[in-house]
Amino acid sequence: MNEITSAIQLIPLEHYIVLSVTLFSIGMMGVLFRRNIIAILMCLELMFNSANLLLAAFSAYHSDPSGQVFVFFIMIVAAAEVAVGLSIVVMMKRNVESVDINLLNRLKW
Amino acid sequence: MVEQIPNINLAWLVPAFPLLGFLVTGLANKRLKHNQAGIIASAMVLLSFLVSLVLFFVLRASGQNEATVTLFNWISIGGMNIPFAFLIDHLSLTMMLIITGVGALIHIYSIGYMHDDGRVNSFFAQMNLFTFSMLLLVMGANYLVLFIGWEGVGLCSYLLIGFWFKNPAYNYAARKAFVMNRIGDLGFILGIIVLFFTFKTVTFSEIFSQAAGFQAGAPVITLITLLLLVGAVGKSAQIPLFTWLPDAMAGPTPVSALIHAATMVTAGIYMIARSSILYNLAPFTLNIIIVIGLATAIIAALIGLKQNDIKKVLAYSTVSQLGYMFLALGLGAYSAGVFHVTTHAFFKALLFLGAGSVIHAMGGEQDIRKMGGLRKKMPLTYFTFLAATLAISGIPPFSGFFSKDLILSKAFEHSIILYILALGGALITCFYMFRLLYLVFFGEQRLAGAHPHESPKVMTIPLIILSVLSVFGGFLNIPSLFNGDSKFITFLQTAVVSKASEELSHSTEIGLILGSLLLLGLVIFFAYRTFVSKSIIPAKDEEPMPFFSKLISNKFYIDEMYTAVFEKPFGFLSDFFYNKVENTVLDPAVDEIGVTTARVGALLRKLQQGNMSFYLFAMVAGILLFIIFILIV
Repeated sequence: MNEITSAIQLIPLEHYIVLSVTLFSIGMMGVLFRRNIIAILMCLELMFNSANLLLAAFSAYHSDPSGQVFVFFIMIVAAAEVAVGLSIVVMMKRNVESVDINLLNRLKW
Repeated sequence: MVEQIPNINLAWLVPAFPLLGFLVTGLANKRLKHNQAGIIASAMVLLSFLVSLVLFFVLRASGQNEATVTLFNWISIGGMNIPFAFLIDHLSLTMMLIITGVGALIHIYSIGYMHDDGRVNSFFAQMNLFTFSMLLLVMGANYLVLFIGWEGVGLCSYLLIGFWFKNPAYNYAARKAFVMNRIGDLGFILGIIVLFFTFKTVTFSEIFSQAAGFQAGAPVITLITLLLLVGAVGKSAQIPLFTWLPDAMAGPTPVSALIHAATMVTAGIYMIARSSILYNLAPFTLNIIIVIGLATAIIAALIGLKQNDIKKVLAYSTVSQLGYMFLALGLGAYSAGVFHVTTHAFFKALLFLGAGSVIHAMGGEQDIRKMGGLRKKMPLTYFTFLAATLAISGIPPFSGFFSKDLILSKAFEHSIILYILALGGALITCFYMFRLLYLVFFGEQRLAGAHPHESPKVMTIPLIILSVLSVFGGFLNIPSLFNGDSKFITFLQTAVVSKASEELSHSTEIGLILGSLLLLGLVIFFAYRTFVSKSIIPAKDEEPMPFFSKLISNKFYIDEMYTAVFEKPFGFLSDFFYNKVENTVLDPAVDEIGVTTARVGALLRKLQQGNMSFYLFAMVAGILLFIIFILIV
């Protein structure tokens, strides 16, 4: 365990932060601008994991294991979310023969 | 602690029987055959009467003066502890015997009187509920139990006045009685609150023992007694709240006899007599009671002179007699007041039942100008009515003589002016009662086509019993003047603390009695000459009258005055609030709020287009704004 922590600390904290923010921004741009619902789901995962990465890094630098425990919880939630999200994709494909979210414009008053 | 009197716990049976009767006749209303309800109801009240008699003898045998029967602990919060208890003493026993005794006779009479009514079963249910409430009122050992009964009788009075509810005028009369009584009840409940605030209890015995610590004329006692007086004035139909009682004659005649003559209207007198210890400490209130009582006695008697409805005459006479009872209370002669309650219950119930018998025979006609000559057709009714008339006029040895003479002599002790005014009222009473008697029973029959007949036995037997009571009821309290020992007054003395007063010398008393007898004789002779020898019939309503008689026959315009002073301004205020405040301010304001909300909604609806990318964009933008907000602030 200690080796992993020290291995993480080999790289300065700023690098982790920059990498995480970059990944998060890529994910956010993808969510905002892609039309393919599968790509949007993937971008969501990217945002999740950038947050996870940062949690693990901070956890190591602050010698506080609870950050890593939190990461596991996020993974479980992400897994559940994917299961729901993919089933929505399947239903969408069956109903409108497409994965373009702009076709889902009937969800209004 | 006094030791428990054996069998006194039977007391709970007294109100239980009428309650049971009410439940049976009320719930099985539709299933009972036509006359069963009346028989059940009468039997229940009769049983109640028997139990009351048993209680009377039990208490006498025990040698004690009072007993408290606690049924259960009713309210117990913090320092407040109010048991549901009955107080059995000489005052409550007297009232119980009157209520159940006279009540039973009236119930039996009603079987005959209400025979042809379609809702006779409901009638008896309500009568039994009334008897139950009235018993609760007089038996309660604290002011709250008294108050339950007080409200219960008010409700039953409302129901029974409006018993023939298909007539809007009767409904109006019922409502009027209810509202007038509410005014009184407000004073009463405020009085109870101040009582509790002062004494930290509402139980009679505790309050009265604590009251000894107060000085005569203490402001808080005066306040309490005044507030209680407001309640009594409303219930007992005194000025200024008396106008409901004459209108209450809209109810069936037995109701008038039971509720508006013998029992309910005497509740106020009972309550003041019960609180005699408090009233003795408030001379100011007592003086007000004297003024109210005397004014009511005389004004109501004057109005009675010109009434032409047989029941209205009796109603005003009731108001006037209640005024005499108030006068007695105000003079501190509480037991004299209760004695007059007793004799009045006998002869006034008899008068009303007799009037009912006449109305029954005349096929519903109540106008005395159309009657006449009934003496031959209805001898039984005539003789019983005559006995009651003699009693109410105060002719010895009938019962009214003893009670009224007691009050008059108390008035004489107080001041000669009071005596003269009270005697004047008594003379007027005598005149209008004989006017009624002569117009109804003497002369020729004036209503063509009517075939009056004597009422059935079920109606005449109660009349006979009541007339015996009216004739001999006065012997309960033979004053020392006639070698008696004032039994009734002495009997009540343990429960009611009357003010001490020096006895009049026997020679003065004999002089007063002879003087008043002479005047009564003159009045009767004058009435006889006017209505029998000259056979003058009161003028029709449309004919013009001199000013004073017009004033009297319009009841001094008191109803009109109340309309002008209270009803009109109140209606005007309601109109103002409806037209101006409600219709121009409140309603549009509420409407505007709704309309604006709908408009804003329609505007915001355009944002929701169903485009998911847009939603996501809005979400991210929102989060970003939120973060910026946090970073800045």
